[in-house]
Amino acid sequence: MSHQDNPNSTNDREANMDQKTQNQARDTQRRDATRRPVSSHSLADVANSRLSSVGVPSGSSTGLEARGIHAWFGSKHVLEDISLDFFTGTVTALIGPSGCGKSTFIRILNRMHEFIPTAALAGQVILDGKDVYDAGVDVTKIRLKVGMVFQKPNPFPSMTIRENVLSGLKLAQIKIENADELLESCLRRAGLWDEVKDRLNEYGGALSGGQQQRLCIARSLAVNPQVLLMDEPCSALDPGSTLRIEETIRKLSASMSIVIVTHNMQQAARVSDFTGFFLADGGPGRLIESGATNDIFTNPKQQRTEDYVSGRFG
Amino acid sequence: MSSDLLEQKSPPVPRVITTKPRFTDKVFRAVVTSGGMVSLVLLGLIGFFLIYNGFEAIQNAGLSFLTGFDWADAIPEIDQPAMYGVGAMLFGTIVTGILAMLFGVPIAVGTALFLSYYAPEWLKKPMVVVVDVMAAIPSIVYGLWGFFVLMPHAEYWAKLIHKYLSFIPIFDMPAPVFTRSPFIAGLVLAIMIMPIITAISREVFAQTPPERIQAAYALGATKWSMIKAVVFPYGRGGVVGGAMLGLGRALGETVAVYTVLNLVYDIRIEILLSSGGNVASMIVNKFGEADFVELQALMAAGFVLFIVTLIVNFIANFIINKTARE
Amino acid sequence: MSQTQIAVKPTRPWKLTFRDLVPDLAGALFTVFGSLAIVAITPLKGKLGFTFTLITLAIITATTVSWIRKDRKAAMNSTTTVLVYIASAFVIIPLLSILYEVVRLGVSGFSLRIFTEDMSVTASDTDLNEGGLLHAVIGTAYIVFFATILSTPIGILTALYIVEVKGRLSGLVRFFVQAMSGVPSIVAGLFIFAFWMIQMGNAYSGIAGGFALTVLMIPTVARTSEEVLKLIPQDLREAGLALGATQWRTVATVVIPAAKSGLVTAIILGIARVVGETAPLLITIGGADAINLNPLEGNMSAFPMYVWKNLLIGSPNAISRAWLGLFVLMVLVLIFFAAARYFSSARRRFK
Repeated sequence: MSHQDNPNSTNDREANMDQKTQNQARDTQRRDATRRPVSSHSLADVANSRLSSVGVPSGSSTGLEARGIHAWFGSKHVLEDISLDFFTGTVTALIGPSGCGKSTFIRILNRMHEFIPTAALAGQVILDGKDVYDAGVDVTKIRLKVGMVFQKPNPFPSMTIRENVLSGLKLAQIKIENADELLESCLRRAGLWDEVKDRLNEYGGALSGGQQQRLCIARSLAVNPQVLLMDEPCSALDPGSTLRIEETIRKLSASMSIVIVTHNMQQAARVSDFTGFFLADGGPGRLIESGATNDIFTNPKQQRTEDYVSGRFG
Repeated sequence: MSSDLLEQKSPPVPRVITTKPRFTDKVFRAVVTSGGMVSLVLLGLIGFFLIYNGFEAIQNAGLSFLTGFDWADAIPEIDQPAMYGVGAMLFGTIVTGILAMLFGVPIAVGTALFLSYYAPEWLKKPMVVVVDVMAAIPSIVYGLWGFFVLMPHAEYWAKLIHKYLSFIPIFDMPAPVFTRSPFIAGLVLAIMIMPIITAISREVFAQTPPERIQAAYALGATKWSMIKAVVFPYGRGGVVGGAMLGLGRALGETVAVYTVLNLVYDIRIEILLSSGGNVASMIVNKFGEADFVELQALMAAGFVLFIVTLIVNFIANFIINKTARE
Repeated sequence: MSQTQIAVKPTRPWKLTFRDLVPDLAGALFTVFGSLAIVAITPLKGKLGFTFTLITLAIITATTVSWIRKDRKAAMNSTTTVLVYIASAFVIIPLLSILYEVVRLGVSGFSLRIFTEDMSVTASDTDLNEGGLLHAVIGTAYIVFFATILSTPIGILTALYIVEVKGRLSGLVRFFVQAMSGVPSIVAGLFIFAFWMIQMGNAYSGIAGGFALTVLMIPTVARTSEEVLKLIPQDLREAGLALGATQWRTVATVVIPAAKSGLVTAIILGIARVVGETAPLLITIGGADAINLNPLEGNMSAFPMYVWKNLLIGSPNAISRAWLGLFVLMVLVLIFFAAARYFSSARRRFK
């Protein structure tokens, strides 16, 4: 089910990293150049080149599904009738201009929406066949299954790197035998192990921004979530760190479902298998189009999607 | 000739840099700095004037001024010199302060948590007003309330504690007098310092970065595990600071303690017994009829109280600075 | 577009419904009746026994119910929730009791007459339909006025020095202001006595009391202002400076306005700290039974002083007078408190 990275593209990325590429557009073009002549539809090409191996997964593997989601803040209707499936082993990117409700949407998926006092919603979020908003559902259990990585890296500054990674277990009062193994595997999966293995007892705040964000990813992984939500995880990071995170996302997507909100269309094209395009035309945000990433970028059905992905607005 | 002229013109003239906008800043900084120094000077003057006036008393008594139990005027008829020592009062002050902390801090921190994370919206505002009003209530109100209203109840509680726990030495009673005990004084002081500790704890809790709280919740935390992992580590210094502020008030409280504590020049560890000490109350108690020699001793006692509270505050600040890791 | 036709109602599924509350309510009822039953059949009795049982049973019930319905984590959460609620109750109960008693015992002697008479021709022991508090009103007004006008500039300047100027000594000043907030009120009184009376040779007066309260008010104002100023984001200051403003202009036009309501609160907290201070006044203003309009000279009275004096006299009428004084003092504090709150919240609305 899970896709394999194109070896070419991985090598390329590493090469780029070594050179500390500053410009993501150039990076994209360079990668394209190795396979085909540079074309004016580079985003579409990136999307195409990445996902040739991924077909539409069978319906049985649905881990998480949003059905007819509406959201309100006070009397303001901010999301209207969003239905989206998220498949295990895939990355779904949510793109769209600022204020179109992407972040609101993913915060609904793990019930972080309700921390805003005026928030309300309609519709269902189905996780493993059950609505997470059903009465009597233990919300903390939902958040254990649906992890979240935030825009700004937010490791707990009072905890060491080690404590940060294992904090989810402590918070949820889960006892495990082999904490050290889990620590290492989480940090490895987050691509941070080699950098921090000798300084596990330093405080999380001592790391760079990109490292902190990977630490936050490792922290989310420790409780073994089925789904990982990422709310613009790279928007506060430099391009080099962004690439590392993207690499991490791809590796992780083999074993879980990842939903990533991003403003960066190239990032969506690079990391995602499926893309949903959100737009709010003055009214509530709507899901204009969703589908396989290469379709969205090469062959969008909606004019507005094409306008957006080709950079004509937004 | 022309070259001469040129040379004459060439000596570099330093450019005049206009300092006008900077001048206001200079004035501003000077005014603010002198204002900032007032507290330093004042604190120095307090110490100086108290020790200056009390020096003779300390010199006469020596170390026994701190350790002595007696506070007695000279009796010329039997050739007894004046004996002034604050030992008993100092001990009593510390006992009541510790009791106030024991009763007050957990309740205050619990209330701060309630206000920050547990209270329903409709209850939050009135509760904040309650705490603020309590902070504004003058200490003499607590004194009268403590004496006329709380004491009958507290006496009953003390009897119960004594009945069931008298095997613990501090709950023992050599004589069955339960009124105006350190226990009751500690209760009154605890109520008095609760609002300060609550207000300051709540302030630091409110500053806990929301993204950290969200991160904890996103990891499946319950409210309590979130508080333990995020709020307490962030707010620890503030809570300690608030508690120490409260302690400072408790150690120096005068009239509220005066009304609910029986001043006895004796060191007793039985906190339920009607026998305690408090330097501040003792000063007020003796001030009215003090002659010049005793006045000097009272100044010295004030100096001791001043130093003790300063030390408490220094320790508090040390803890705050050490725990404020961020 | 067709979907907008379908009426979708906003819901808040996370809000607790009555059904969610049923177990809690059942637990609460069980706790209350269980406590009543235990008090009835065991030696535990009275209000204290009931309270004790109630608390213990509430903790046990909440913990057990959560453990059975959910898990250990939820049980811990329930235990602490109950504890936190109990802690808040312990804060409210004394306040309610204080307000109730002050009103109950103080209001009986109250009439508007007490604001027009002093105690110069009335003994404390006489019935409460004679004599009044006018001398204390005037004294407190003088003393608090002096303390406020002296300590407000000093306190705020101190905070500005620590936060804005960040001079070489700012760490030290901060440290000592923190320490100064622990100076007991009686020590402030002794200091003014030693300086203003012994050293300078003055007698008891209203202004001496004002000086003593100033010493107590400065650290409160300074510390609170400092905390308020520190909450102003650094970006705001840099934005001001980057526009070419001097530090003075930046502080005056950006920082202070942004912190205004907080600074007002600082002053209020300072006044609240000193307005009912008794101990320093006992040794600086002398106390009086007659009106003294000159704050610079002669014995002065004040509300706390009036209460104290009557409390020490101790006869039933004098005690009633003490409660009457407390009642007026409390009303004053509360009016003052409410006005200040209104003032600072009105500012915020206006912005």
